[in-house]
Amino acid sequence: MTEPLTFPPKKDPQKRSATPTRPPEARSRASLALTAAAAEGRFALQVCDECQIVQYPPRDACMNCIGTDLRWNDVSPKGHLLAETTVQTSTKLFFRERAPWRMGSVKLDVGPLILCHIHGDCTRDSAVKVLNRLDKSGQAVLIAIPLERSDHMDDDPQLRALSAHPKHRRILITDAWNPNTPALARALLDAGAATVFVGEAESWRPHPNRDALASMANVEVLPLDVTDTSSVQKLAGEIGGKTDILINNARFLRPGGVLSRGDTGFARDEMEVNYLGLMRLAQAFGPGMCARTADGVNSAAAWVNILSAYALSNTPEYGCYSASNAATYSLSQSLRGEFRSSGLRVMNVFVGPTEDDWHAPLPPPKVLPQSVARSVLDGLNDGLEDVWCGDIAKDIRDRWRKNAKVLEREMTFGSDGA
Amino acid sequence: MSTLHSLATDIALGNVKIIDLTHTLDPDFPVIILPPEFGQCARFRMEEISAYDHRGPAWKWHNLTLSEHTGTHFDAPSHWISGRDVPNGSVDEIPLDAFVGPVVVIDCSEGAAQNDDLELTVEAIENWEAEHGKIPTGTWVLMRTDWSKRSGAAYLNMRKDGPHSPGPNPEAIQFLINERNIRGFGTETVGTDAGQGAHYVPPYPAHYFLHGAGKYGLQCLANLDQLPPTGAILLAAPLKIKNGTGSPLRVLAMIEG
Repeated sequence: MTEPLTFPPKKDPQKRSATPTRPPEARSRASLALTAAAAEGRFALQVCDECQIVQYPPRDACMNCIGTDLRWNDVSPKGHLLAETTVQTSTKLFFRERAPWRMGSVKLDVGPLILCHIHGDCTRDSAVKVLNRLDKSGQAVLIAIPLERSDHMDDDPQLRALSAHPKHRRILITDAWNPNTPALARALLDAGAATVFVGEAESWRPHPNRDALASMANVEVLPLDVTDTSSVQKLAGEIGGKTDILINNARFLRPGGVLSRGDTGFARDEMEVNYLGLMRLAQAFGPGMCARTADGVNSAAAWVNILSAYALSNTPEYGCYSASNAATYSLSQSLRGEFRSSGLRVMNVFVGPTEDDWHAPLPPPKVLPQSVARSVLDGLNDGLEDVWCGDIAKDIRDRWRKNAKVLEREMTFGSDGA
Repeated sequence: MSTLHSLATDIALGNVKIIDLTHTLDPDFPVIILPPEFGQCARFRMEEISAYDHRGPAWKWHNLTLSEHTGTHFDAPSHWISGRDVPNGSVDEIPLDAFVGPVVVIDCSEGAAQNDDLELTVEAIENWEAEHGKIPTGTWVLMRTDWSKRSGAAYLNMRKDGPHSPGPNPEAIQFLINERNIRGFGTETVGTDAGQGAHYVPPYPAHYFLHGAGKYGLQCLANLDQLPPTGAILLAAPLKIKNGTGSPLRVLAMIEG
């Protein structure tokens, strides 16, 4: 059984922090579909339209019938472990630093025989489940885990390297005012987070979450206003070197599109908070976090953005807010590229309309704070890049993927009348 | 010796002191809070353009974002609907002589220490006059509450039923305008009106009556405890903003002694 991960000792200030290294990033274009599935936690393999064979590794043609109509389908991840070995050293720095490293072969129930990483709890000839996870290079790798969960299985070093699990980590939630902050803080602490820092803007006026946050042990409320560069820089100066996960839930939202507002005031606020806020945070916290992705048990692991699902396709009832989120989504993609070499993961959590004052006129279903917290925790645990929280976010994603123009047309219906 | 030369000499000798009645423009300084569906007052923000670096090697400078009504600021008549048609009602049009003039200070700090919602009343004004003489025409009247010594949440003092801070009641502000023909009215709080001023008839009476009568407002003032009740001169010139309804400014007072 996996030994529980112990809380790391304080760092030796005379030792240089470990330099981040990465596993190999190169992949074929065909293989990137596996990465796309891993980014949202799906186990998908190529299935040949012609002969229905499931194949791995990904190729441009079917290895059985040379057919080229290969679809990526979610398939059963179950199989059994045939053989395993332990790699003691490697020419690749990433593995050399982490050796010994278990590797093995798994015969999947759907057909293919795969080589993959092996969780420490797997025994030879046992039934296993194969996870499709992103590694520190942001590429899909497969790891076999036992079918039965054990208490500390997330602490397995090979599995933990493929996740951004909050255990023992120090996490900054950027906006104390957001209705989802207490639920997020609670969920992170329950998952073993060492400290949850919460940024609080405008402490000169009361807000409804203050008492809830004050009552939680290991929550530190600190001044942070993402619209104020000096405030962001100041907090990064104080805690930037021990921020392992940053969850940006700062949000400015007012209903309305272009004509219903008649000015650019709220739109400016939306861009200041939702778009430039992310940029300020990334400029202040990003470099320090990127430098600490190999810093032991509580290394920097993930950058989380909570975005509106309408970032994908605008809903004119919240037209300007949607537009600011589209800009933020685009910026998050740039950050992915800029963070990639460090191994710091950018996870976007797309949510549908949330249960709060600004969505009051909308019918249910609406996303509750607890649902956002669960999505964030699941995403960190599974090391995801894209998380879809709630039925509406998933529906928008599916329709957007099916036909973005059809979705746009559906979202922009007019109304009859004088 | 000319008047101005004599003044300059007195300033140099310390016979006339300059008092700064201004708060520092700071991102954390409270601004007025309105219901969130209304447009909001921009907070003070400062973004570096360059700081002797690759963005500009030999110079440092900033871009500012702020409202006309951020920090220590001046309210022009056009700020309020009652003053929308007042001639020369915006900061760029106000005659210059309005910006320099006599000031009296009504000390309400004792009452404000006991009661967050302290009202300045006609009776309080008359009591003050009994001691210090009638408020002269064309004078700035400042309400001292020592509110400027508060910071953080205690300044706005926002509760579930709104902010709580002292201010004039409708009768008092009308008395100052109609019976004393003052130049303007100033406070240490975030507005010329009391925190609960929305609940008077009319709502926000200081704003309503002052600006309707073409008078001016000053708010978020500091150091009023350093001013004498009478005899000081106030220098309060807003920025010359085209059609501006107000302006952050440096408010200075000259006192003798």
